[in-house]
Amino acid sequence: MEELLGTTDLVVRFAGEAGVVTSAESLAATAAQAGYHVQTYATFPSQILGGPVHTQVHISTSPTLSDGDDVDVLVAFSEDGFNNHKDSLVPDGVIIYNSGEFDPPGDSNSFGLPFDDIAKEVGNARASNMVVLGAIAPLANFPLEALKEYVTKRFTRGRPGDEQIVEANSLALDRGAEAAEKSGFHLAELDPPIRPDYEQIMISGNAAIALGAVQGGLDFYAGYPISPATTVLVWMEANLVGEDRFAYQVSSEIEAIGAIIGAGYNGRKSMTATAGPGVALMSEGLGFAWMAEIPCVVVDVQRGGPATGLPTKTEQSDLFACMYPAHGDVRMPVIAPGTVEECFYAGALAVNWAERYQGPVMLMSEMQQAERSQNIPKPDLSKVTAAGREVYKGDMNGYQRYEPDEMGPMPLPGGPGAYVANASEHDGIGDSTHLPIRHIRGTERRFGKLKLLNDGPHEIENPDAAIAVMPWGGSKGPVREAYLQLQEEGVDIGWLYSMTLHPLPEAISEQLNKKEIVIVPELNYQGQWSRLLRADGYRATSITQYTGLPFKVGFLVEEIKQAVAAHKGGKVLV
Amino acid sequence: MSDRNAEYDFKWCPGCGDFGVKRALEWAMQTYSEETETPMADTVMVAGIGCSGNMVHLVEGEQPFGIHGIHGRTLPVAFGVKQARPQTNTIIVAGDGDFLSIGAEHIGPAAQRNVDMTCVIMDNGVYGLTKGQASPTTIFGTQTSSTPFGKLEAAVKPFEQYLAHGVSFIGSHYSSRPRDLAKLIGEAMNHKGFSIVHVQSPCTTYNDTFDLLKGNKKAGIAPLVYAIPEDHDPSDKEQAEKLARAPGVPLGVIYKEDRPTLEDRQAEVRVKARSRTPQEMLDTYAV
Repeated sequence: MEELLGTTDLVVRFAGEAGVVTSAESLAATAAQAGYHVQTYATFPSQILGGPVHTQVHISTSPTLSDGDDVDVLVAFSEDGFNNHKDSLVPDGVIIYNSGEFDPPGDSNSFGLPFDDIAKEVGNARASNMVVLGAIAPLANFPLEALKEYVTKRFTRGRPGDEQIVEANSLALDRGAEAAEKSGFHLAELDPPIRPDYEQIMISGNAAIALGAVQGGLDFYAGYPISPATTVLVWMEANLVGEDRFAYQVSSEIEAIGAIIGAGYNGRKSMTATAGPGVALMSEGLGFAWMAEIPCVVVDVQRGGPATGLPTKTEQSDLFACMYPAHGDVRMPVIAPGTVEECFYAGALAVNWAERYQGPVMLMSEMQQAERSQNIPKPDLSKVTAAGREVYKGDMNGYQRYEPDEMGPMPLPGGPGAYVANASEHDGIGDSTHLPIRHIRGTERRFGKLKLLNDGPHEIENPDAAIAVMPWGGSKGPVREAYLQLQEEGVDIGWLYSMTLHPLPEAISEQLNKKEIVIVPELNYQGQWSRLLRADGYRATSITQYTGLPFKVGFLVEEIKQAVAAHKGGKVLV
Repeated sequence: MSDRNAEYDFKWCPGCGDFGVKRALEWAMQTYSEETETPMADTVMVAGIGCSGNMVHLVEGEQPFGIHGIHGRTLPVAFGVKQARPQTNTIIVAGDGDFLSIGAEHIGPAAQRNVDMTCVIMDNGVYGLTKGQASPTTIFGTQTSSTPFGKLEAAVKPFEQYLAHGVSFIGSHYSSRPRDLAKLIGEAMNHKGFSIVHVQSPCTTYNDTFDLLKGNKKAGIAPLVYAIPEDHDPSDKEQAEKLARAPGVPLGVIYKEDRPTLEDRQAEVRVKARSRTPQEMLDTYAV
């Protein structure tokens, strides 16, 4: 019990059907404004309204790395929410339940509040969320004033009636707080925030990718709705509009890949975003883009698979599909950001990479960071440049775009250098050919260009350790938290992380060569990343989980310790 | 391009209808370039897979830009080409297999958007490149290598399909009169909207329909082709539907409807929408 001590972290889970999203967003926004670090996590069923939903807010005095293992406060909007989530509570946690909806069997660490009745009493039936947030504040010493400021800011929109709404919501906060104080429950007091001395933004992973891509110079987007990538399409439709730029909802993922290839050929930086099923449909098109060397970006926001799989859950099981999406000899460049902040830089990098090596680039994200909101340092746009396309400006006829072994400028329709972008093996100008020498040189040229991309962002710590942990993608946060904990415990392991999975930065390849074993925690059954690393000659093993949920830090700490011990005990890890 | 390229060894069979279509396309593209005073390089030819797709390598004279992509996906790729730079004269060349079987799903969206581009479909009623299998337009009951007991499906009726989808310009012709075909393709290129010129282009090896199309008096075969009557009003959808259902191969414009293109609508949206810089977008997320 640490009730009388301070704490650096507070994890609040909202479970039920309605209201959980708004509650979580409001609490997160308030905490961020108050100077805390915060990240949310949400999981939805695949239906329009209702169904079991839960959201979680992790508030911390230092930058958050995970959505938080254990729940300090559970807010149960419904009886199902109560029953499904009460076991996630820490021993000294508190449950606030909606006593207007149900009464749980006598539970010692819970108290009821009629959320909706109180909201009606204060004169705004929609203020029940504020009753809840008001109740959370005194439990953990979260500043009630910050919530009031948030409410004032949010509902002061210059509309008639704003004042009454602000007043009712403030009253709702007070009523919730009073009830919580009367309940007699207390949690460890949340330490005051250490306000960051830099500018911040609060953004989701999908919005960050979209914004990053636009900063990278994106000017054409085609997409088809699919969870959990739809918000990228929606963002683009709203924002990518103007002179020479447009977003379009097309009729399928097959059309989307075709359209971005056509636009890429005709001079535009183009992108689509999809999930696993869409990647499958884009398979042939991606092979075409690789073969004809057309710059374009495909974002895969992973969900659980295979087939329709778990459309609204998280998984990292598309790595094989993204690295080798097409038949024949291909291996795509793959960028897999590990945080919401990295999503922004990955969006820009993907567009730039496509131009730099003149071909398709895969950007892999995943459900749990796609819809997660997090406050992150505001990117300095002056440091994120957009690569220009090198356009051919030579003689009108006879340019051999594919002839040299080294990549040259791309001709642009309307200008000199007419050629054929050919999905069949081709000669310099793009005419089909079957000559062995052409296929040899063409294949080597297409793979050779990848060396232009081996300088991606990466992290190396404890380079001399014989064993390293190496997460990829969205598992970075929880693995980082586990790694830091293991460091404190004196476990001798190194840290390797690369935002680009293919090609790997040279420094990472060098490190991998030196390691006795690299431990890869990843959310799939086969251990896809460690398999690929082994195929490339590195010694790697996976810690796998395939629940549709993100890793918990405690689980990782134990598993990594076991893997280290097994390796030291001479067991062969595969 | 093949005339300059000894390495490119693809050949159409002697007498292939596609030769006539090639001449027609060359003339039509050249005329378009001259009349609109735009360079040939403003034209992008997007080719399907099949014998006809090789058009993009075989066209002679001043060279357009070309794309020879994957089977059935000419329209998605051409859509992207047109979206990228609306001034691009975008031409799709494909066969009945590519366009009406594997690629058929894309006709509807292109027609509904009324994207300003032109399709030249070479219909030979057979998969020629893979050596003679039944295609969507192969007649019911026909024996082919893939239908040894006769084709068990009814033939697709392209004109009725195009009309149902709302294609805003539908032309019909055959490969033996390249001058007339060139004019029709030119009309389609000048049409503001999604246009299809459906051309009977016989396969001399697997489905030689030249005699059927042109007729053969000695053999007592009446020609399938006929000039569209002068009093036909292509802007009248009912008349067009009647013509589309009639037997034979009409020569000329079956249907033509003037309505705004997608590019027109997007130009309006661009004026209305407030375009924001990345910095402005970023600032909306400030804590």
